[in-house]
Amino acid sequence: MKRSVGERIFDAINVLVLIIIMVICFYPMLYVFNSSISDPDQMLRSRSLMLLPEGFQLEAYKSVFKDTRIYTGYMNTLFYVVAGTAINLLMTSLAAYGLSRKDLMGRKTLMKMITFTMFFGGGMIPTFLLIQNLGLVDTRLAMIIPGAISTFYFLIMKTNFEGIPTSLIESAKLDGANDFLILFRIVLPLSKPILAVMMLYYAVDHWNDYVGPMLYLRSQELYPIQIIMRDILISSSTEAMGAGTDTGFAIGENIKYATIIISTLPIMLVYPFIQRFFVQGALIGAVKQ
Amino acid sequence: MELKRGPVVQAGTLKPPGRWGVVKKELARNKYVYLMLVPVVAYYLIFSYGPMYGLLMAFQESYSPVNGILAGTWIGFDNFTMFFESYYFWRLIKNTLILSFYSIVFGFPAPILLAILLNEVRKKWFKSTVQTISYMPHFISVVVVVGMLKTFSTLDGGLFNVIREFFELQPVMFLAEKDMFRPIYILSNIWQGAGWASIIFLAALSGIDPQLYEAAKIDGAGRWRQLLHITLPGIMPTIVIMLILRLGAVMNSDFQKILLMQTAPTYETSDVISTFVYRSGILEGNYTYSTAIGLFNGIINFSLLIIANAISRKLNSTSLW
Repeated sequence: MKRSVGERIFDAINVLVLIIIMVICFYPMLYVFNSSISDPDQMLRSRSLMLLPEGFQLEAYKSVFKDTRIYTGYMNTLFYVVAGTAINLLMTSLAAYGLSRKDLMGRKTLMKMITFTMFFGGGMIPTFLLIQNLGLVDTRLAMIIPGAISTFYFLIMKTNFEGIPTSLIESAKLDGANDFLILFRIVLPLSKPILAVMMLYYAVDHWNDYVGPMLYLRSQELYPIQIIMRDILISSSTEAMGAGTDTGFAIGENIKYATIIISTLPIMLVYPFIQRFFVQGALIGAVKQ
Repeated sequence: MELKRGPVVQAGTLKPPGRWGVVKKELARNKYVYLMLVPVVAYYLIFSYGPMYGLLMAFQESYSPVNGILAGTWIGFDNFTMFFESYYFWRLIKNTLILSFYSIVFGFPAPILLAILLNEVRKKWFKSTVQTISYMPHFISVVVVVGMLKTFSTLDGGLFNVIREFFELQPVMFLAEKDMFRPIYILSNIWQGAGWASIIFLAALSGIDPQLYEAAKIDGAGRWRQLLHITLPGIMPTIVIMLILRLGAVMNSDFQKILLMQTAPTYETSDVISTFVYRSGILEGNYTYSTAIGLFNGIINFSLLIIANAISRKLNSTSLW
């Protein structure tokens, strides 16, 4: 189909605006990457926009990898992500299956009770004191149990479960299957896409969590990567890290950039592959909101 | 499998089952479902309703970890009055509202615009490239984003100042300037979140019936008219719902980010209710006072949500409940 002049102009402007948006989104990340491998002295002198690295060094990365805090932080984060997400998925599935059963007595009351928590809560101090009274402060459990269900994600999952034909569940019942069997053998296998989406949402939340650990963890050996990053990036403790290297102080800023890359790269590498699931998840969520 | 028979009805002998009888039967029939819901209900009771019970502290003089909440001395609304009369009250309210207002005015339309622009792209590969790149910042943690802002703002060779030097402007310590806090906060939020937030609107856009566009084309409507008369009305319900939710969180600024971003020189513009609650509650141990402030905040939020929802239901019959 031929496009009119007006259409062409419309499209051209649209594409141009989107390219500008792309550049704005991408450039800061490129800048960080280039800075992390640039030579600190050359970088300071040239003061360029760093479209390409200025000089080359890997000292910054070596210093970061030598820092044992980073390693411990990584391992802790890995544990919180894996264990936390597993609990999240189990609890959310149980809730979503139970409350998607239309024949359940008290379903409406329970739903009201749960939805209410989305809009009103006890707030930071009462929650903190509760966690403290439960003896969870400074334990790994504090990173896993208090956020076991996200009400918003639960609602998405429940909507999804409701789309599974009731006849399927009923026929399984006639064959003598109990609800646990139905959930794990029929409903969950049929809901793989939404499970994947939920898994990713929860995992990203755990990966990025920083307020939880800040409030509930005391011992350094339990800290996740985000807390370590805060110490390095914001409270500025890179001078100590750079002190051992030849370039000394000057490399401090490069170390910050290298830290950013190291802690962000894993999720950045995975994410393009899982992107289509995110979009699918949003679609599912948007159907009935 | 054993065949179960319903009760044989004999005239006059069958009593209608009592309420307890109905419950018992229901429990037996769905016992596994109830079993599944036990941990769920326990979770919500402990971790959501537990803290709500803790809100009672707001009306007490002090909190004692040994005696628990009910043993405290009740002082009515004194904590609230103390807050309303304190030096910080207006500053906190003002900062919280201004940040929220700017976030709504500038931040809320950004993902909608992006979604509409993306929707007008014809080349699929281009569309997905823009999407991939614009979602990326979402995966950077708040800590890293603030870390980036901080490194970019350094006087000696930080990106922001390199750009300023290019225009022959004096370097500025951005994060230590109280007038810079709001723009940096809002703009970096848009940078990080607009792409990701556009997904929900793209989903809504994909739900619009293509026949509407065909019909409009036949009627001679250009791309602009189509946008105005089909695209926008098509996603209006989603926009309204998202806006209601946003209004219900007017008093919630992004606690994590502000806490990381603020420095003592910027308190005048950066200190919001939640950061104040953190400082006075967690750091200084004024538990009951901070709980009162948190409760005050929560009630305003909740009321705004209800009002926004009611207005929306009246105006265009879109509502959360």
